[in-house]
Amino acid sequence: MFDGFIQWLGNLSLMFSSAKWASLGDHLGLIFSGLGITIVASVLALALALVLGIVFGVLSASNWKPLRAVARVYVEFFQNTPLMLQVVFLGFGLPIVWPQFNAVPVLMVGVIGVGIYHGAYISEAVRAGIQSISKGQLEASLSQGMSYVQAMRHVVIPQALTVVLPPLTNQAVNLIKNTSVLLYIGAFDLMYQAKSIQAANYNPGPVYLVAMVLYFCLCYPLAFLAKRLEDRAEAAQGGGQA
Amino acid sequence: MNAAVNTTTIGFMLSRPWFWASLLDGLKITLYISGVSILLAFVFGIVVGVARYSRAPVISWIATAYIEFIRNIPLILLMLFCFLVGQMKDVAAAILALTVFTTAVIAEVVRGGLNSVPKGQWEAARSQGMSYLQILRHIVLPQSVTKMIPPIVSQFVTAIKDSSFALLLGVVELTARGNILKSLFSGVGQILMIYAVIALFYFSINFAISLVARALQKRLSAGRGSIG
Repeated sequence: MFDGFIQWLGNLSLMFSSAKWASLGDHLGLIFSGLGITIVASVLALALALVLGIVFGVLSASNWKPLRAVARVYVEFFQNTPLMLQVVFLGFGLPIVWPQFNAVPVLMVGVIGVGIYHGAYISEAVRAGIQSISKGQLEASLSQGMSYVQAMRHVVIPQALTVVLPPLTNQAVNLIKNTSVLLYIGAFDLMYQAKSIQAANYNPGPVYLVAMVLYFCLCYPLAFLAKRLEDRAEAAQGGGQA
Repeated sequence: MNAAVNTTTIGFMLSRPWFWASLLDGLKITLYISGVSILLAFVFGIVVGVARYSRAPVISWIATAYIEFIRNIPLILLMLFCFLVGQMKDVAAAILALTVFTTAVIAEVVRGGLNSVPKGQWEAARSQGMSYLQILRHIVLPQSVTKMIPPIVSQFVTAIKDSSFALLLGVVELTARGNILKSLFSGVGQILMIYAVIALFYFSINFAISLVARALQKRLSAGRGSIG
């Protein structure tokens, strides 16, 4: 048991030897190109998720039952099945069934998968935002002579945003982290580059550590912003009737 | 020709016992990885969450650093790190990474719940001569558990879904079965059906858990007074 631990520690220190760090230094260019792809993929996927989230969020807050049902099916299906399964299907199943899908670039396949998945979560945030505003507010604004657009612009949307923005920002963090599944379909993102550098040089210690730090630098500012927004929303709720 | 069986039909595939046996084996591994991780993370999450909430400087600082770091890196990276740098077996690495990750999320939920109890209650209880642990156990936790349970249960759903990342370590869990079965069948309908069946497996388990979470939320918020 003790010998095993000593050997484990020995292996660990070998993994972080200066030679292993040096072999990482030779591939920094790849790491940063991967970081660039991860950022591009995150931005595109977030754009898709926002569009889907707003459309299905509005649908699930609508008064007409069939529309609500469509939105429920979308949200429940994607929230209750793994992103990995969806990406495996898009990357390896769908191209067999529908050969034309092979023409879609790998990066876009990943963007579609991650975007649709997080769209379901954003849709729930949008629905909660819409439902948090009572109908009376719109009616009151209209009775004060505001146009529908003015009422939306000055009364309804600013309040809805206080509710929607915190979960939305949290979803953006999760989305960035989840773009790491792109590695499985070979999209040259940060996770993919880290894994392939590691496989070529057997230096998992330095490579994965650097990748962790880079992902953390992408996600932490957003997570911090999410917390600030949450605090603000809580304060707005608590002192609402001033 | 007359006795030839068409092996590319969905019916042929679905009537193979080994098709279902393979999926059930995968499901077992998925539930094993996620189940063990959930149990461990539930316990550790409460401990770390209380540590984060506490006023003890070093303890609270360490808990904060742990939560913030783990929540802002991809779980896939954590799994690969445990597997290769931690020199662990594939399933063990997946369980460790999923536990570490879920612990951080649950800890944050626990802290949020504890924070929702007004500080005045601490002062009131302390003035009655109660100790820190007594106050936590009898005053603060019973009131905040209502807020914690639904997000914790929905984190269980996330853990079951995220256990599929273990396929990157070579674990042949439920999602990875799709890749294997897909290579054994050539019919277009069969391939679609494989993914549909796997999705249905995940969906039925996770949807059931989500329904339980919703029912719990309703019951807990209806019977607020009776919980203490």
